[in-house]
Amino acid sequence: MAEHKTLATTGNSVVAEAMRQCKPNVMAAYPITPQTTIVEEFAGFVAKGRTDCEYVTVESEHSAMSACVGASAAGARVMTATSSQGLALMWEELHIAAGMRLPIVMANANRALSAPINIHCDHSDIMGARDTGWVTFFAETAQEAYDNTIMAVRIAEHPDVMLPVMSTLDGFITTHSIDRVDVLDDASVSGFVGEYRPKNPLLNTEAPALHGSFAGLGGPFFEFKRQQREAMESARTVIKQVGDEYAQISGRPFDVIDTWGMDDAETAIVVLGSTAGNARHVARELRAQGEKVGVVKVRVWRPFPYAELAAALKGVKAVAVLDRAESFGAEGGPLFLETRSALYDAEARVPVVGYIYGLGGADVRLELIERVYQDLSDIAAGGVAPGSLVYLGAREEA
Amino acid sequence: MANLKELTHREDRLAGGHRLCAGCGASVAVRQVLLGAGEDPVVVGCATGCLEVSTTIYPYSSWKTPFIHNAFENAAATISGVEAAFAGLKRAGKIDADKKVRFVAFGGDGGTYDIGLQALSGAMERGHDMVYVCYDNGAYMNTGIQRSSATPKGAWATTSEVGVAQAGKRQVRKDLTAIIAAHGVPYAAQASISHWKDLTAKAEKAFNTPGPAFLNVFAPCPRGWRIPSSMTVEIAKLAVQTGFWPVYEVEDGVWRQTVRVANKKPIEEFLKPQGRFKHLFAPGNEALLAEIQADVDRAYEGVLKRCAAE
Repeated sequence: MAEHKTLATTGNSVVAEAMRQCKPNVMAAYPITPQTTIVEEFAGFVAKGRTDCEYVTVESEHSAMSACVGASAAGARVMTATSSQGLALMWEELHIAAGMRLPIVMANANRALSAPINIHCDHSDIMGARDTGWVTFFAETAQEAYDNTIMAVRIAEHPDVMLPVMSTLDGFITTHSIDRVDVLDDASVSGFVGEYRPKNPLLNTEAPALHGSFAGLGGPFFEFKRQQREAMESARTVIKQVGDEYAQISGRPFDVIDTWGMDDAETAIVVLGSTAGNARHVARELRAQGEKVGVVKVRVWRPFPYAELAAALKGVKAVAVLDRAESFGAEGGPLFLETRSALYDAEARVPVVGYIYGLGGADVRLELIERVYQDLSDIAAGGVAPGSLVYLGAREEA
Repeated sequence: MANLKELTHREDRLAGGHRLCAGCGASVAVRQVLLGAGEDPVVVGCATGCLEVSTTIYPYSSWKTPFIHNAFENAAATISGVEAAFAGLKRAGKIDADKKVRFVAFGGDGGTYDIGLQALSGAMERGHDMVYVCYDNGAYMNTGIQRSSATPKGAWATTSEVGVAQAGKRQVRKDLTAIIAAHGVPYAAQASISHWKDLTAKAEKAFNTPGPAFLNVFAPCPRGWRIPSSMTVEIAKLAVQTGFWPVYEVEDGVWRQTVRVANKKPIEEFLKPQGRFKHLFAPGNEALLAEIQADVDRAYEGVLKRCAAE
């Protein structure tokens, strides 16, 4: 294990620290709540000479990602951070970064999207970026946000992947709360991520390369997309390899899903991000009362861990999926759709119930999680599953 | 400034065989601008548009330089990222500290005056060592001649149609060069492909200016302007001679007219050969023609005043 120090600090602070330790050559960023403290802290590193990164203070998130695309194609290791409306404004560029196979690393402070305007946590922003072709991590804690950000660099730049990677953490809950975090020493991190060796950088002016060509009019657009799919599939293996290697220096085992109590669980909650902590807390109390309950936390959202999730849920009698984002008009939230699809090939048909919770930072109180486990317990005992999507904890009179 | 003979020995960095139309002003603009870059390596960025789609059809490239196309509205932001990478990689010791590279972005008027204005403004304000070149043909030509904020008043375009209720575009052009000059950039200039020596000299100045530089280059589009493809240079010359397109530079805030117009010709001489202004010469539109003349005079006098004041 590498040298490390234990800090009491925020998620944003350790994401900024992880970024500095990974030695980016360019950061192009724009402030937005609740991400801002990442780029502020990074600006502090620049001012104090603690990084040799070129820091580009762009005039919008669209230009942030545009400059990242240019810098990455030029051959630099590139990072940025955003949130919510900023991520939405980048949407066009998210597709381009992935399509041009640029290993940009970005942190996202998960936050609701307007309207109405709201600055608090939910996953609407990141789910809007779901199909942009980015490898995407969710962090439950500041520690995970730190670890994911470092692993993201290795995964993005891996020759079998060459895709941008997003390291997300829940707005305010994880970005701003003080948490206990083990931070590795600089040498261990830079040794772990290594040097980025770009293949055909623009700045190799002796061998002019063209980035961003036109592939329409019968050109190979479709085939390029297939290669992107293959890269995303390759990421499954690379993520596990990088996770194993990272565990050796961090002492923290990594897998694409994290399970609690799933060995003999009869009912289970599937969840992304910080709410996993609430779910485990309630599950622990129910276990103490003899209830066989479990929690599956999905740590990697893209590529989605279908096989791992299906294996973890094998033998369970009822599953609840907590979605902190809507997909209006769909049968459930994005995680619900993935989970039910993952279970389609399971031998036994398991009832899967979708809950929408915590939109715009609505409180995730423990009694709400208790209610979910109660619903599951009723279903497992032969009761009827709620017929439609449950808006968990929404006030009848706001 | 290199003389004509020297320029002929410089490598043409936009190869022939691209798919731009015959008589396209954009390719002329690009070749003249890149001649101004001298012998140093150049990285080219390009906004989505005619120039980009016609020169980068996979797996071919017409560019003998490294080239990046990102999207429509962000050529300035993209090339600013490339320039930042150059600075960052130098600081990290990954690029030789003595290496010189020029950075240039090309965009049409749609990608510059309209959708790309914010990214351009940001890049100019941040002070990247780059040159932004707008090839101004006064409409969205790649999508089929839709009006932009660079389209002249009275011009026909497919989104500023001509009919009983309207005689082409109602508004005057946006004065983009003055807007960029107002950013306080060290070098901003307006040029025309018809005045190649002036344009190449300006490009050379722009490339040699540390920090951001901007060139607005008048580059006719035969297809959109409804002129024969043999008339590109001639019509560009008429734009200068009628005062429609004053040719000047703003260097460290000092305005200077670089091509003087001895006897300004009436605007009709620029408008009449172009099919997009045909309706202006139909009976009943005399007042509009007079109005256009007055607009052009006012704008031209404004430039002269700024130049004389210095």
